[in-house]
Amino acid sequence: MNLHEYQARTLLKAAGIPMFEGDVASTPGEAESIARRIGGTVVIKAQVHVGGRGKAGGVKLARNPGEAADYASQILGMKIKGLVVHRVLVVPAADIATESYVGLIMDRETQRPVFMVSSAGGVDIEEVAAKTPEKITRLPVDPVYGLLTHQALTLAFSLYTDFRHVRAAARIMEQLYAVFTTNGASLAEINPLVTTPDGRVLALDAKVVIDDNELDRRPDLALLRDETAEEPTEVAARRANLSFIKLDGNVGCVVNGAGLAMATMDLVKYYGGEPANFLDIGGSSNPEKVINALKIITSDANVKAILFNIFGGITRTDDVANGIVAATRQCKVEVPIVIRLTGTNEVEAIRILESVGMRALSDMDQAVEQVVKLAREAA
Amino acid sequence: MSIFVGRKTRLVIQGITGREGSFHARQMLEYGTTVVAGVTPGKGGQTFQDKVPVFNTVAEAVARAAANTSVIYVPPAMAAGAIIEAVDAGIALVVCITEGVPVLDMSRAMPFVRAHGARLIGPNCPGLITPGQSKVGIIPGNICTPGRVGLVSRSGTLTYEVVNQLTRNGIGQSTCVGIGGDPIIGTNFIDCLQAFQADHDTDAIVMLGEIGGTDEQNAAEFVKQRVTKPVVGFIAGQTAPKGRRMGHAGAIISGSSGTAEEKLAAFKDAGISVMRRPADVVELLRSRM
Repeated sequence: MNLHEYQARTLLKAAGIPMFEGDVASTPGEAESIARRIGGTVVIKAQVHVGGRGKAGGVKLARNPGEAADYASQILGMKIKGLVVHRVLVVPAADIATESYVGLIMDRETQRPVFMVSSAGGVDIEEVAAKTPEKITRLPVDPVYGLLTHQALTLAFSLYTDFRHVRAAARIMEQLYAVFTTNGASLAEINPLVTTPDGRVLALDAKVVIDDNELDRRPDLALLRDETAEEPTEVAARRANLSFIKLDGNVGCVVNGAGLAMATMDLVKYYGGEPANFLDIGGSSNPEKVINALKIITSDANVKAILFNIFGGITRTDDVANGIVAATRQCKVEVPIVIRLTGTNEVEAIRILESVGMRALSDMDQAVEQVVKLAREAA
Repeated sequence: MSIFVGRKTRLVIQGITGREGSFHARQMLEYGTTVVAGVTPGKGGQTFQDKVPVFNTVAEAVARAAANTSVIYVPPAMAAGAIIEAVDAGIALVVCITEGVPVLDMSRAMPFVRAHGARLIGPNCPGLITPGQSKVGIIPGNICTPGRVGLVSRSGTLTYEVVNQLTRNGIGQSTCVGIGGDPIIGTNFIDCLQAFQADHDTDAIVMLGEIGGTDEQNAAEFVKQRVTKPVVGFIAGQTAPKGRRMGHAGAIISGSSGTAEEKLAAFKDAGISVMRRPADVVELLRSRM
């Protein structure tokens, strides 16, 4: 789960990481009063879960509270890459001497949290990693011992020569590690970590991603989810316990299992079609899930045909067939449906579907070819 | 002989009295797996299905029922603890089916597993099966048939799809292993490739990968250097957009790494026959065996 910058700032602040004061506003009036409280020039930053906010006009420099209100009213309500901006962050335009990058990610290969720090900060770190990897210092942390004092110092020495800066940065490394572990993050990032002309070290911008698997045992973190910042169909899917991602094509896909769902999308493409979505209904054959899946898929006007691809291992295909019958009764489907069922009780499943005039296939390739053809004819 | 599980497997089921655990315990018993014990704290002394003794701890299951393999069906927040308990009790092979285990928990459990020389498969995996001998996990037994093709996969139902194609076309399997789709897993492709290469009952290997991470690329490099048996491979998620997690926590393309193109190129470079779709597995295996 991605957090907004203002939410990430709250977590960093709670861990004691020094930051410029700042606050979040959802109206121009609020932005104006925050700017007045801060004094001087401020930065107004759109709070949306996409990169490239600056390029899209979502970050503006305001010289006084009046300008802050003006820019806030421009940015609030604007769409950046399809997402509406509901909040802006107002922070002082800082006087900066140097900018560095400090990131902490859960690394699959070492199976540990890994620090990545670089004195080339304030820019796209992936680009630095790709072009000049020698500019990044990597340090895996043993989660059993946590970040050790000498490791924090080593990281800080790779950024600064002035020992006052080093000491301050080492402390920030320890605090960022605490943010990561106490909140079950998969990413915690300060970009940039800055020094000021008067010798302070502060976090200017923060990004935190929480491991979705933490949310069940951490309701406090689950509350930070901003559903207005997400695709509405994806929100509906998550509430229905479905794993769903909207895509741009016209073939709706309902599949059990993530790997098979991806392979089904690939096969749609292989036969010349374009998938409208990724949707994994999971292992259960609960009719409720099938109904919710159909509702979500049919709410997308691009969808011209729907494919069910169900492999019945533990899931009984006759249960799924009953679910499909119940679902199509409850939720009127205007586009053709192709059903592919195979595995446990498939003979019975096909009989159930045929008894209400639906057709089911047992071969995946045949089913995909057919649904692609139907979608093309309807388009 | 096959790999990891077989006739010598003596299984303890952690979470045997739960909804998932009891359902799959019955399936495994029905398949013929030697299930020697179950564990649910507080339910020690009960008997599952009139044949399997239930203990409070894994240590008791090892001491009194000589369990040597464990399979875990406990809730996500307790899964890492269950893994550590099994390893601490001296279990050599732990299979964790549980989905949704916090990744930070896994990063703390893995050093413990390694330090004790145990093997973990999963979490968030369908487990493994040596057809005709032992099924540990949730792979449906009826779609498998004994034979000489080893299969290793990051997926669940995609594995079943491919196994089903093999069985229907008369190609049996030595062992099918689902290694799981999470970012941190106990056993990776290379571990399985190494085991299949050394296994006298395996003649060819099928490897089903996904987008995300570099496991498949590393595996391809291993195949190039060390595997002499024919390998057939597939990557799911060729149409997936970047930066979006496709169900599995591990199935995400970040930046320019982890794409299907990158993985398929590594497969080709290593001499792995690439399946363009699941149905290709039969033809490709026949052409290589």
